[in-house]
Parts: sequence; structure tokens; C-alpha cells
Amino acid sequence: MADVALAPSPAPDAPRTRSADLIARSLSRRRRAEVRFRAYGLAAVIAAIAFVVFLFWTILQSGLPAFFQAAMTVEVTLDPAVIDVGPRPVRADFPNEAAFAAADLAWQTALAGKNFGSLIERAVNAVLATPASSRDIRAIYASNERFRLRDMVAADPGLIGRTIPFTLVASADVDVWFKGNIDRSLPENQQQLTLAQQQITDAMIADGTMKSVFASWIFTNVDSRSSPATAGLAGAFMGSLFMMLVVIALSVPIGVAGAIYLEEFAPKNRITDLIEVNINNLAAVPSIVFGLLGAAVFINAMHLPLSAPIVGGLVLSLMTLPTIIIATRGVLRAVPPSIREAATGLGASRVQVVFHHVLPLVIPGILTATIIGVAQALGETAPLLLVGMSAFVANIPTGLFDQSTALPVQLFLWQGNENRNFFEPRTSAAIIVLLGLMILLNALAIFLRQRFQTRW
Amino acid sequence: MNLLLIAILLALMAVGYRLGTRRSRRVSTERKERLHSLPQHYGTLVALWCGIPAFIVLVLWMATQSGYLESVALSELPAAVQTADEGTKLSAVTRVMAIADGTGVVGEVSAEEQAAADAVAQARLIRTLAAVALAAALAIGGFLFTLRRITPKLQARDQIEFVVKALLFVSSLIAILTTVGIVLSMLTEAIRFFSFVSPIDFFFGTEWRPTFSSTGAGGAGEYGLLPLLLGTLLVSVIAMLVAIPVGLMTAIYLANYASPRLRATAKPIIEILAGIPTIVYGFFALVTVGPALHGLGETLGIDISATSALTAGLVMGIMIIPFISSIADDIITQVPRSLRDGSLGLGATKSETIRKVILPAALPGIVGAFLLAVSRAIGETMIVVLAAGNSPVLQGNPLEAVSTVTVTIVNQLTGDTDFASPQSLVAFALGLTLFVMTLALNVVALYIVRKYREQYD
Repeated sequence: MADVALAPSPAPDAPRTRSADLIARSLSRRRRAEVRFRAYGLAAVIAAIAFVVFLFWTILQSGLPAFFQAAMTVEVTLDPAVIDVGPRPVRADFPNEAAFAAADLAWQTALAGKNFGSLIERAVNAVLATPASSRDIRAIYASNERFRLRDMVAADPGLIGRTIPFTLVASADVDVWFKGNIDRSLPENQQQLTLAQQQITDAMIADGTMKSVFASWIFTNVDSRSSPATAGLAGAFMGSLFMMLVVIALSVPIGVAGAIYLEEFAPKNRITDLIEVNINNLAAVPSIVFGLLGAAVFINAMHLPLSAPIVGGLVLSLMTLPTIIIATRGVLRAVPPSIREAATGLGASRVQVVFHHVLPLVIPGILTATIIGVAQALGETAPLLLVGMSAFVANIPTGLFDQSTALPVQLFLWQGNENRNFFEPRTSAAIIVLLGLMILLNALAIFLRQRFQTRW
Repeated sequence: MNLLLIAILLALMAVGYRLGTRRSRRVSTERKERLHSLPQHYGTLVALWCGIPAFIVLVLWMATQSGYLESVALSELPAAVQTADEGTKLSAVTRVMAIADGTGVVGEVSAEEQAAADAVAQARLIRTLAAVALAAALAIGGFLFTLRRITPKLQARDQIEFVVKALLFVSSLIAILTTVGIVLSMLTEAIRFFSFVSPIDFFFGTEWRPTFSSTGAGGAGEYGLLPLLLGTLLVSVIAMLVAIPVGLMTAIYLANYASPRLRATAKPIIEILAGIPTIVYGFFALVTVGPALHGLGETLGIDISATSALTAGLVMGIMIIPFISSIADDIITQVPRSLRDGSLGLGATKSETIRKVILPAALPGIVGAFLLAVSRAIGETMIVVLAAGNSPVLQGNPLEAVSTVTVTIVNQLTGDTDFASPQSLVAFALGLTLFVMTLALNVVALYIVRKYREQYD
């Protein structure tokens, strides 16, 4: 403005062109900046999506083959000369329960002492052109298969004396060789299999005895150290299930009740403020701190058993509680005041307003919050390590106080196994199972939200 | 047995409910007065008074029964057993309990065992009868007492609602109790740790070398926090260097540029990253990212260890992206339209509007989001346990293995947990440090975010 007032503008054209020029030049610069900025944004979005795709691709690509394992079908003759145990004891022959239990145990011990390995050895040698040493044959199949054969006989003693087809799961080292997960050109002293074992394996692959079968035992077996090829997730799955039951039984009622109090009844005072700030903080406390709390309070002070689902469940419940409270408060807040006012106007008390009119409307929202909270708790690992859930457990837990692990902890244990070229794919397979469960839970939450949630 | 008792109690409560409901109706018609509450409220009140005290008695009885009977069994056994070691005592008591149960035992039952078993059976009978009688008396007493109290003026609904509100209030206190529990347990154990190692040596020590207690009397070893803190810092800084640009630009692009369709697909996909368990990221870092970085280093001629602050930080950054992008998205969309329209109306381009108007206006909220993300990075455990290499040495090279506070907590407290040696107690001192750091970050961040929300509300 000042410029215009001072200068009489003798030649209006010249400066105009200059400023138009300036503007034109700056415009193209600004447009370039705009395009650049936009490209950065798009690049960020693409990068984020690429991370997701890459993560899933690596895990699927490494884990899916692990669901299929090498196994060989042979004809096992259950020779009565080897399995020379009498008939299984019957309860009626004994005076009391304890005596029967002792006799039955003695029978099972006798059965377990029989040489099932020699039966398998005979069966394997039958398909081989030249008989192999017992050491080599033992190295080829998973050691747990002997016990599986024994358990089959224990369950049905009538099998003794018969010849049955039996699918032997190949040992972890053979599986690695079978899948080509090890460099075959390495010298023998760097191989997991000896030369003789390699030849047996190759012969069995060539004649079709050894085939790739679906590894259903990943879902039905428990973890095993001596027989990694047949190790499964069943124990860890049950452990996680028990913990999730504890989480649902504790954090949902307490969380919803707490949220209802804070949202519907709490007077606006310092205590309420304190509780609010506290819940928001608790939601952001690192999960490992909850593990320390569990170790100090539940294990050290209350002497609850180490590695028990009850302790893990309690820790995860405390961790999930703030999530559920915050989410429930959110859905309660979304209920329009008109509903409360209408009920109040008809003479309902505040408790009646909440329990008869507000709560039924928000149940889908609470369900969604619960499922998301549970999915989060399902994947949590660090706090469980501190309450002893990383112990090796070879049984399926049957109750809240039994020793157990959890799915994510089983991942942690498997990834640490020294037999890397077998356990890396195995861990990826377990990750697929865990992620599958979580995707299922989240899909359920999304479905519930879209199906039932009211929008006001 | 126990289930049967509970079932009987529930049946009694149901009867109480019916009778209370009916009686309140009758009283009201007899006296020709309107009831204060609905008939069901009177019924519920009767059921509550009938059920709750009896239920508490039954639960207490069941919880203490087996411990009590075992002490009876032990006291009845000969003195030689009572002074024996724990294992002998336990097996003797187990045998007695099995005889008393009727399960029977293997081998001869001695006279003492039989006597003890008889005593246990008798004690069980007496105690069970006493508990059941007390529960029954309370249930029936509460039942009759409340039934008699029913008059049209009795404020049944208010009494029930008082109970309900009390329960709700107690539930909301659990969160406070958790915090108190965290602080108290950490403090007491940390104080015990500081009786072994002085706080100055802990907070300012530059050497982390805890020796294991099996090598001799505890107390040996160096417990300097600084190497761990530096490792935590390195990993977090790398994570933020990845997460902030990508997360923020993602939020900006999705909020301002993306078509509704792209937004609707990209947002949930990116949020998948937030739902993946951290152990999965850790495994991914260990198996895929670490070796890849190591290989890249080899081709460039730089020495990058496969497990390093860089590996852990990169993957942690990926994990935090959705966290930053979703909070930033919230905050950016909360900036009032008038600011954006004003800037666009003056001829600013979209990117100029974002950089010079929207971001400054949203800055406090975004800083809050960053602080929350930092607090998350500091507390993250599994990624660093697997991928950071666990080497607690005071050095600032991100290409080398490091150790962090969280990794050390896990290392010190897994395995043998005897709460008496500094080797495991140090975990609580570290936990306390971690808790205080994240708490401070969270309080500041939540304050900023809240303040910012109010500004535009």
C-alpha cells in the first residue's frame, strides 16, 4: 500500500510483469512443494502398509511349510514275545481304589518297560534294502513315537499280536533334511544326520515310504524336549484358555461395574478425579510392571504357585482392567441423555435408569471392548515370564492351579531352541496359530460392532 | 457336596424372593396402603438377606477346610512324625487323609494312622455340621427377619440400590488398589535391594556386572543403571526416528489427501500393526530384520551386529507407527474447520495450510502423542529381549548389541526367583525406575492432550 501511495506509477507494466513473474515462479515452486509433500505422505502410507504385508508374508512363507512334516508309514508287528505283559487289572478284583490304582500303575510301568523301539526297528528294517543299525533308526524317527505306540497298546491291549500300519513322524533332523532346509553339500561333520542316516532317509523318500503329512500333532500334542518333531501347542493353548477365562471372569464384571460407577454415579470430586487420572495412567503402564507386581504380590506374598494360569490370569486381568473401563465409559458416554431423561421422567431411579435402560443398549459395545481386551491379553508375553510361565511343562493343564505355559510364551521358548533350522519354521507356524486366533477374535469384535452397535 | 449346598442356598433365595414378593402384596392389600417399592424389590431384599451372609460363611468354611483337617491329622499322628522333615510329614498326612476319605492306601494301615483318620473323619463331620448349621441359621434367620420387616413403608428399593452402588464403587476402586499395589510392592522390594547396594552406586554406576548368587554370598557384583538407561534411550530414539515421520505423515495424508476409499482401506490395515503381539515383532526382528541389516552392513563395509539397538529400534518403530498415526489423526481432525478454510481462502496451498496452520495449532496434542509413544517404547520388552543383543556395556554405538532396563528385568527375574538376593531384587529397583519414568511421561502427555482438547471444545 505504501509503495503505491509514494510512487506515481509511471510505467505500470514493468513492475507488474516483475511481480507476476515472481508470483509465477513462486507458484511453480509452491506447487512442487505441494507435490513433494503429498508424495511424502503417500510414501509414508505405502511404507506402513508395506511393513504389514512384508511381516505377514515372511511369517506365512516361513511358517506354512512347518504345518507339513516328513513321516513314514511302516507295518509294526506287536510281537507278544516282546510285549509280555498280562491282561490289564480290573477294578472288581481289588478291595479298594488305592490297591487297584497301584496294580494298574504296576501294569503300565511293566508295559512302559517293554522294548517298543525294537518293534519299530524291525518294521523300519523291513522296508529298507539293507538293514540299518539301531542307532541310525532311532535317529530317524521322533522318539515320542515309541510312547505313542505304547499308549495305543495301553488303550487297547487287544492289539498285542497283530500287525498294524503305523505312521512314524520323522525326527526333526530328518525333517530338515527332507525339506532341504540345510545345505546338502556341507561335509558330514557339519550335518545333523550322519552319512548312513542321510542314505536311509533318501532311500525312504525315493521309495515313497517317507511322505509329507499334515502335522496335526502341532494342535494336539504338548511341548516336548526329547522329541521336538512331535512337540505341539496343546498345553500352551489350554494354559492361554484358562488365563483368558480368568481375565473374562474378573476384568469384565469389575471393569464394567467400575465404568458404570464413574460415568453414571460418581460425584464430581477429587476422589473421582484421582480415580480417572489413575485409570488413564494405568492403561499406559508398561506390561512388564504388572509382571513385577504379580511376582511380588501373588507369588512372593500370597504364595500362589509359580507357572499357574491363575497367577498369569490375575496379572493379565489387572492389565486388561483399564482397557475395559476406558472403552466401557466411551460407549456409556455415547448413549444420548434423552434416554436417561425419559426413564427418569417416568419415575425410574438412577439405578433403574442405568440397569434397565442404558446398560442393555451398550452391551454390544461392552462385548466389543471385552474381545479387544482379551485379544490384547492373549498376545502378552513379558509379564508372564516374570511369574514363571516360561517353565517347560510337559502336561496339558487341567485346572487353574496346574503348571502351564501360554501361547506367546511357547513362541518365546521355541524361538530360543538351539535346533534353529527346525524351530524357526516351527515358531512361525505357532505365530500363525496365535495370529489366527487374534484375527478371529478381532473379526468377531468387528462383526458385533457392525451388527449390533447403535449409532445415535 | 459343596455344589449341593450352594444349590440349596440358591433354592432358598428363590423361595425367599417369591415369599417376599407375595407378602409385600398381601401386606399392602391388608393395610390398604400403597407399597413404597415394587413387590419384586421386597422379594430381592429377602433373597439378599437370606443368601449373602450364609454364602460368606460357606465360602470361608470351604477355603479353610482342608488346611484345618490336615492340621488335625498331623496333631493326631505320633510325635516322631510331627518332628520329622516336611516330606515325611506330608506323605504321612496324605496317607491319613486318603484313609479318612475312604480312597484307601497301599499297604498295611497302622493303628496310629487309623486313629488319626478316625479323628480327621470326626473333625470333618463336626466342622461340616457346624458350618452348615451356621449357614442355615443365617439364611433362615435373614429370611424370616426380612420377611417380618416387610411393611408398605419399608424402603426396599433404596436398600437394594445402596448395595448395588456400594458394589459399583468398590469395583472402581480396584484400579486405585492396583496402582497402590504396584507402588508398594516395587518400593518395598527396591528398598530391600538398596540395603545390599547403595542407591548412588545403582543410579550413577557405569558398570553392570551382577554375579550370580550361587557363586557365594550375595551382594557381589556391580549394579550400575547407566548402561541400561543408555541402551533404552538408544533403542527408543531409533524407534521414534522411524515412527514419528512415518506415523505423522500417514496421519496427515489420510486426513487431508486420501480419498475416502483409500482412507477406509489403509487405516484398518495400518492398525493391524497395533494388534500384533510384541513377541511376533521380536521374532521378526531376530530372524528377518537382524540378518538383513547384518548383510547390508557387510556389503557396505560397516560392521552391524545382527542383534543391535538398530534392529530392535527399527522394528519397535514399526510397532509404534499406528499408535502415533491414530492419535495424530484424531488431533488433526479436531483442529477447527475455520482455521483450515481461512488459510485456504487466503490462497495457501494444502501443504502450506497443513505445515503452517494445522500443525502449529495441533502441536501440543501431537507432542502429547509423541510422549505417550516414547513411554511405550521405553516400556516395550519382548522386541528388545529378542533383538537387542543383551550386552549391558556403556557405549553409544547403535550398530552394536545393547541391553535395556526391561531386558534386564526379565533376565534377573526369570528362572530362580528367590526374593532374598540382590540379583533378583534389582529387578524391582529397575521396575521402579521404569514405572517412574513412564508415569512422568504419561502424566505430562495426558495433561497436554487434555488441555489441548479443552482448547477447541
